[in-house]
Amino acid sequence: MMTAPVQTQTVDLVARFPGVVAAETRPGYTGFVVEKEKLVEVATALRDEFGYDLLTAVTAVDYLPENKMEVVYHAYKTTGGPGLVFRVQVPRVDPVEVPSLIHVYPGVDLQEREAWDLMGIRFTGHPDLRRILMWEGYEGHPLRKDWKEPFYEEEAKPFKSRWPEGKHILAEERNPFNDNLKFPPNFDPEKWVPDNEESLYAALKRYTVESEDGMNTDRIVVNMGPHHPSTHGVFRAALTLDGETIVGLKPVVGYLHRNHDKIGERNTFLQNMPYTDRLDYFNSMSNNLAYAITVEKLMNIPVAERAEYIRVIMAELSRVQNHLIFIGMLLNDLGAMYTPALYAFEERELILDIFEEVSGARMMCNYLRFGGVVRDVSPAAMHKIKDLVFDRLPAKTDEMERLLAENEVLVARLKGVRVVDAETAVKYSVTGPVLRAAGVPYDIRRADPYSIYDRFDFDVAVRQNGDMYDNFMIRVDEIRQSLRILGQAVKQIPDGPINSQKPQYQVRVPAGEAYGRIESPKGELAFYVVSNGKPNPWRYHVRPASFVNITCLEQMCIGTKIQDFVALLGMLDIVMGELDR
Amino acid sequence: MDNEKLSLPQYDIPEDIQNAVAITTLDRLYNWGRRSSVWPLMFGLACCAIEMIAAQASRYDMARFGMEVMRPTPRQADMMLVSGTVTKKMVPAIIRLYNQMPEPKYVVAMGACASGGGPFKEGYNVVAGIDKFLPVDVYIPGCPPTPQALIAGMIKLQEKIDRQSIKKVSWYNGKTKEDTNFVPIPILGPDLIDPRRSAEIKAAATVQEGA
Ligand code: SF4
Repeated sequence: MMTAPVQTQTVDLVARFPGVVAAETRPGYTGFVVEKEKLVEVATALRDEFGYDLLTAVTAVDYLPENKMEVVYHAYKTTGGPGLVFRVQVPRVDPVEVPSLIHVYPGVDLQEREAWDLMGIRFTGHPDLRRILMWEGYEGHPLRKDWKEPFYEEEAKPFKSRWPEGKHILAEERNPFNDNLKFPPNFDPEKWVPDNEESLYAALKRYTVESEDGMNTDRIVVNMGPHHPSTHGVFRAALTLDGETIVGLKPVVGYLHRNHDKIGERNTFLQNMPYTDRLDYFNSMSNNLAYAITVEKLMNIPVAERAEYIRVIMAELSRVQNHLIFIGMLLNDLGAMYTPALYAFEERELILDIFEEVSGARMMCNYLRFGGVVRDVSPAAMHKIKDLVFDRLPAKTDEMERLLAENEVLVARLKGVRVVDAETAVKYSVTGPVLRAAGVPYDIRRADPYSIYDRFDFDVAVRQNGDMYDNFMIRVDEIRQSLRILGQAVKQIPDGPINSQKPQYQVRVPAGEAYGRIESPKGELAFYVVSNGKPNPWRYHVRPASFVNITCLEQMCIGTKIQDFVALLGMLDIVMGELDR
Repeated sequence: MDNEKLSLPQYDIPEDIQNAVAITTLDRLYNWGRRSSVWPLMFGLACCAIEMIAAQASRYDMARFGMEVMRPTPRQADMMLVSGTVTKKMVPAIIRLYNQMPEPKYVVAMGACASGGGPFKEGYNVVAGIDKFLPVDVYIPGCPPTPQALIAGMIKLQEKIDRQSIKKVSWYNGKTKEDTNFVPIPILGPDLIDPRRSAEIKAAATVQEGA
């Protein structure tokens, strides 16, 4: 039975910093409240003295009724164990300022920019605090509680009848501009001067140092994306090149920013479940799992035993399928057009068949519920899963490896091309296979187990060199380990109910906060949910693996050749739905 | 003469040359060529793009319809498959791509998002359907549409191509040198500005002040 783990405070920060740090006292909350002036000092001590070297999440909450803003940090140790939450509270008076932690934990870079963009929190000391998901010049900070979107209808769902007097009113009809638009009063479009991304290129400027060894070299800026066949969606990178060498890089994201957080805060808790499907759309099952365990933590409910096994089975199948596609797509990026990808898709279809059979949809499964799953796995589906797990997938994994792992061209292309080393990866909050390929055996399934992963016998896949070849091979290793877990799970799965709760549309969630994290195929996927006891979350934040992992992209690419950029980006295995949300 | 009759000419071919001669109309030949090699723009926006790839891949194999040659450049593409959520930040790039595609060109809105905003319609960064900017030829419902649905949509597009006549299509009328399908590129302001609607936006923004 899973119950919410009791957060034990192993660190006595209050004693270390008397008068600066206070223990959190609000019911349902944990961790520490740090004085804003001493934040950097406390964070440095946490990293250097207490060993919390991996800062995974930074996000902000707007406590409008109390008239304050809060920035929440979640720190972990790469050696494992529970995390530590610390937060800063500031009055909600513009400019809201909080010191940036970028010099202590460089991994906060993009997350702080996101908090500035969406919440309007100015991180002092951040060298490049620009908007990230929206564009420069956009009006307002959308996640503030008093900001209303153009199609605003009501504060929270479920909305009143959409059919007053039997007639549908289009969202467009309620908007003065007849569209999803909102302009400041007296705005004149003809007089508007767009920003033309000057600030982006200004951020790259520092790389245009000229006149080295007496010779003037021209450095050119190349924009890749947002429409580029190899950027895995609508990712864009602005690169500065010196000849063929990359000397500067800025990721430009937000082209698929679909406002998950804002919509999620209007939705009820359960209504968010199908939205999580659309984050990392390769792995809707894992996304469901992360969200479900977060809300279960808040509600403090157990999960039905059989459902736990079903969840693990689905999440691991999802990982297998994700890594197969990763391999196929990587080979695509490297120029082995289509053939390996077609092999991968063949297996993926078989796994999707199972998802379709249990949930009714191939990709957007919406399968988990708080306390269990929505439908049972039929014996026929179980039979199919067993066939896949015991026969087909192991053979196909071997085949993939046999075809690729010793292929001379591939090995020559991948071996020794640096991706990232362990130290940099940890500094930049990289998680998932990329971190493990660099030699850090950090897998949340082991380091901070959730669901029932502590019952299975498996190894954390780890490789030592952190080059492209290891990043490629670790995916193969992980498929094998997933199959191992799957093999045990399908043998042990008990009969019984599939949900510990009664089916219900509206769940009761007590006030408090919860941070639920899982090892998704791409890294740490976490949700940070704050409830105030109402039917809708007060704060709903997704901490996606892809988004945080690209913080490191600049470090990975500087000094390498432009030809490697596409492959390096491929190594991170980003997916835009999750990256931009 | 209407299209149907044009496409089925009732000529009697003498029996001795029947296996050497086939009579058809230019329209039919022309459309047969076009419908069997619709090259899509290699262009994925969101989740729907994954089903688009799946439709290209092993099990569904869109190559059977002549649609497997994805072109990364708009200059070589015939059809833009808008596969996913159109955001305000992305829409200028999409319009730019569309303007670069040569005629004849088609737009297919794949999925709920591209057709009308889908589950994310209420989002502040979401364009409620690509048809607010581009002329859409085929809408495919679904979230995401299954590969089968996508293929059904493609067949609809082929039917549309079949019905076009070389005499009437806009790209051959020679009346104007200008691209009749040119769409002005939206501007990213405090919100998305559609240049075609500037006056309207200005008026509405002023009224807002008065209210
Ligand atoms: S229609 Fe559904 S599947 Fe397609 S892009 Fe929109 S949310 Fe994703």
